[in-house]
Amino acid sequence: MAPDSMTQAAPVQLPAEWRDFFALTKPRVMSLVIFTGLCGLLAAPGHIHPVLGFTAILCIALGAGGSAVLNQWWEADIDSGMKRTAGRPLPTGRMNRTDARDFGIALSVASVLIMGLAIHWLAAAILAVAIVYYAVVYTIWLKPRTPQNIVIGGGSGAFPPMIGWVAVTGDITLMPILLFAIIFMWTPPHFWALALFVKTDYANVGIPMMPVVKGEKSTRLQMLAYCVLLVPIAAAPWFIGGTSWIYGAAALGLSLVFLALSIPVAFRTAAEGDKMLPEKRMFAFSVFYLFALFAALVVDRVLAYQGVIG
Amino acid sequence: MTPEEEAEFRRRQKSRNLVLGGILLFLALLFYAITIVRM
Repeated sequence: MAPDSMTQAAPVQLPAEWRDFFALTKPRVMSLVIFTGLCGLLAAPGHIHPVLGFTAILCIALGAGGSAVLNQWWEADIDSGMKRTAGRPLPTGRMNRTDARDFGIALSVASVLIMGLAIHWLAAAILAVAIVYYAVVYTIWLKPRTPQNIVIGGGSGAFPPMIGWVAVTGDITLMPILLFAIIFMWTPPHFWALALFVKTDYANVGIPMMPVVKGEKSTRLQMLAYCVLLVPIAAAPWFIGGTSWIYGAAALGLSLVFLALSIPVAFRTAAEGDKMLPEKRMFAFSVFYLFALFAALVVDRVLAYQGVIG
Repeated sequence: MTPEEEAEFRRRQKSRNLVLGGILLFLALLFYAITIVRM
């Protein structure tokens, strides 16, 4: 080797900060996952020891974190091309991809194993399906290929309340399936509202989000359609007698407000430089909607199990 | 590696080790609690 080439020092690769590992798990998304998982666990009939209940929620959080890490490991190049995601640990080079991949796999495997060994293997199996669904079916397969990516891939975010429920009961009944269906139907209008005001970013990196491929008009009408369908589906737990009027009133009220907010979004055309206020309002309400709906479910069920309501 | 880089390297390594140690301690306590509960 020539002496000159030996004098060139290799750039120093500093180890990533622990905060970067934490950031990779998408803590804000995880908070919604933990909340819906906890609601499924609290609303389920039966009893689970608090230590086991905590462990089940921890496993759901670890699984969600693991799949989020694998998502960012796979999409590091895409993330670097979008303003919203360019500051993440991988696009900025604060962490190398191999570390991220190994961290994601370790979290995912640990979450499933602990859930199976400590809680229930059916809950662990559903958690494993949810992780693979998000990291492989959605991230690798659907997202770069079809504008229906959010619709089908939204299923991955719909699993947590079902896992929480199954952790308590050990079986799958109509109620956890309905909780799954609610989040499944909620996801497209929630994400497309976001996609409408960050459309430029997705277009730049070639991700076929609905507004990019089918156009805004079609997307807005589809959002309205999902909001219409969400009204009976959100109220279904009440219709089938799985909850009392408390949840029923909350579900109908919240879903009708969500529907009302989707109407101006559905029938407007955004001009150049539009501030997209109706879309931003709808997106903000969609987050509140899910929190409030599941909180109402827990209040309803806790009151019922305490014998306060019928 | 310059002294500044080495100091930063050590600082990051130390903070990561502390967090990892905390996680391992937490998991040890959790597994102990799970064992007791399931007995």
